Amino acid sequence: MPEPDLTPASDTNNVPVDAATPGVATAAALLDPGPEPELDSAAKRKKLLVTGAPMLVVGLGLAVFGATTPLLITIAKVLLLVAGLLLAISGLGKVAEGIRGRSVDVVFILGMAWLVFLLAVAALAPLLPLGNHNDATEGLYAPAFAEPDLGSEYPLGTNVNGLDILARTIYGARTSLIVAVFAILIGTVVGGTIGMVSGFLRGGTDWVVGILTNALLAVPPLVLLVALGTVLEPNLRNIALALSLLTIPSMVRIARANTITFAQREFVLAAQAIGATRMRLLRKELLPNVVLPIASLAVVMVSMLIVAEASLSFLGLGIKPPEPTWGNMIAEGEGGRMEEHPFIVIVPGICLFLTVFSFNLLGEKVQKRWDPRSAKL
Amino acid sequence: MLRQFVMRVLELLAVLLLVSFGVSWILSRTPGGDPAIAVLGEGRAPEEYEALREEMGLNDPFLTRYFDWLGGILHGDFGMSLTPPVMPVWDRLWAAIPVSLELAGLGLLLALVFSVPLAMWAAYNEGGRIDRTIGAMTFGLLSIPSFLAGLILISVAVNSLGWFPRTGWVRITDDFLGNLSHVFLPALTIALMELAMFTRILRNDLVTTLHEDYILAARAKGMPPVRIMFSDALRPSSFSLVTILGLSIGRLVGSTVIVEYLFALPGMGGLIVQAANQKNLPMVQGAVLLVATIYVITSALIDLSYGYLDPRTRRARA
Repeated sequence: MPEPDLTPASDTNNVPVDAATPGVATAAALLDPGPEPELDSAAKRKKLLVTGAPMLVVGLGLAVFGATTPLLITIAKVLLLVAGLLLAISGLGKVAEGIRGRSVDVVFILGMAWLVFLLAVAALAPLLPLGNHNDATEGLYAPAFAEPDLGSEYPLGTNVNGLDILARTIYGARTSLIVAVFAILIGTVVGGTIGMVSGFLRGGTDWVVGILTNALLAVPPLVLLVALGTVLEPNLRNIALALSLLTIPSMVRIARANTITFAQREFVLAAQAIGATRMRLLRKELLPNVVLPIASLAVVMVSMLIVAEASLSFLGLGIKPPEPTWGNMIAEGEGGRMEEHPFIVIVPGICLFLTVFSFNLLGEKVQKRWDPRSAKL
Repeated sequence: MLRQFVMRVLELLAVLLLVSFGVSWILSRTPGGDPAIAVLGEGRAPEEYEALREEMGLNDPFLTRYFDWLGGILHGDFGMSLTPPVMPVWDRLWAAIPVSLELAGLGLLLALVFSVPLAMWAAYNEGGRIDRTIGAMTFGLLSIPSFLAGLILISVAVNSLGWFPRTGWVRITDDFLGNLSHVFLPALTIALMELAMFTRILRNDLVTTLHEDYILAARAKGMPPVRIMFSDALRPSSFSLVTILGLSIGRLVGSTVIVEYLFALPGMGGLIVQAANQKNLPMVQGAVLLVATIYVITSALIDLSYGYLDPRTRRARA
């Protein structure tokens, strides 16, 4: 009798994909080693503290040794520094978990702390007791390529013109953040509005907007920036405007797609039936629903814009030296200067990396919470 | 099907026409750089500049100049480069295309060659230590701008270890190995970020696919994991990857521009940056149009490949 065999088989075929996980779990259990023996929570926390604290201390020690030792070549120093920091972060995670009693996303917290710190320093830059960041004449009296020495007048060293790298990095952060934030604001407002209107009206407007968006998307972002950089006077305002042009097409697309979805829902129809005007429908019914996906895309795009601005400066088409940006500071290390004076690239490079990394973390978090459907990465 | 194809081509043409118009319009408003100064240099008599402007047709209305330029392009004439070497824009672009294509192609190839096994390794150990390490590393790689990655690679592999030449280019037809040694480091720079992106996307899709019943069946009958990955899991999981591949072409072009500038390679990107710095407008104009054309056609081809990867979309899209 084949029947008893067939029924369970057809059953498993009919269950939705999610319900199939028990089967996979058994397969996974066959392949993986068994779970670790359970500890009661107090012993587990103690174990975390006991392993985490030494990792933190040793890691920090390694990092400091790597950063300061004169014994090793640069590559070994950097590797030691990175390894030390990773060890320290993982130790910190264990300590935090041991104290709080549940797992803590230490990397995320550190990233946000970096962003807050950077914002504060950038905002207060004119008030801080910083060295000379852009006066090349004044720089003639200062030593060029002074080595970083935290106790000296130039904590992170000076560049070829005797300008203070710490001050330049902080003013560079100002430029990066101002340009990126203004670009994203312009892009969000303009792109969001166009996208909503075009998704709401459809028809001819939608068609025209579609072609225009496609035309903007047809030129790769950096090439568009370089073309704009050919003719635009490189100042903060123009660069922010040029960057906002990069954000507009994606903003239009996401605003349009979400508007179309929500415009078909019953509450919009109901509002329409009781005589709401188009303006009211857009503002009161659609905007509150569309704003979250748009905002999450805006956060995601910040890091892309920071990189784009830095790239443009690096290519010599952004804000001109001696005004500092991270991009043109890194460009100073080209042509073999980086080997003699690694810090002129390392300082702005690390700041750029940390900032982009932190904004990426923030973007990922925000997208998962506000717009889970498009959270792909 | 044919009608759809024709509509698609018409739309592409409309987009390209708009791009050419937009770029010409932007470049015609040149407070930042006067082409006459680009040709003659500074410090000549105002009459000389004026005469040159008249001769170059810069005093004509914008629309006249645009249609002259467009008409020229339809005859294969992209105008003349303003700065030395003064030669037709098209000749310089034509010489630069193979360099950029080789660079971008090799970068993409490297990214795929590394990302597919990495993604499989991560997905096979879903949630485990290896998976998390690969996840963290790729997330970190995503945050390194390509010019920074390139500078670091130059510093390590060229200046400290001396494994590769710093700049310059040897044509692939002249010396294959020499060409490879010049192109490898730039291609690796490009590949790093793409690799991170591809690994993350493919890993996520693979994880979903590996939860399907037919994979369980394949495991149960004792197929080796590597075989399951390549023959059963890879193709159904590559859908998002191909989408991302399409989207990443734009970023790839961007990295190519930066990397060519950094390594002083004679490709399209280096050409555009140089032309932009010298205010060599016809060059920028022609190069942007060419890049946009290549880009749009590539994206369209990638769209077409969905049908091959997932037969369900063939009907859905028709």
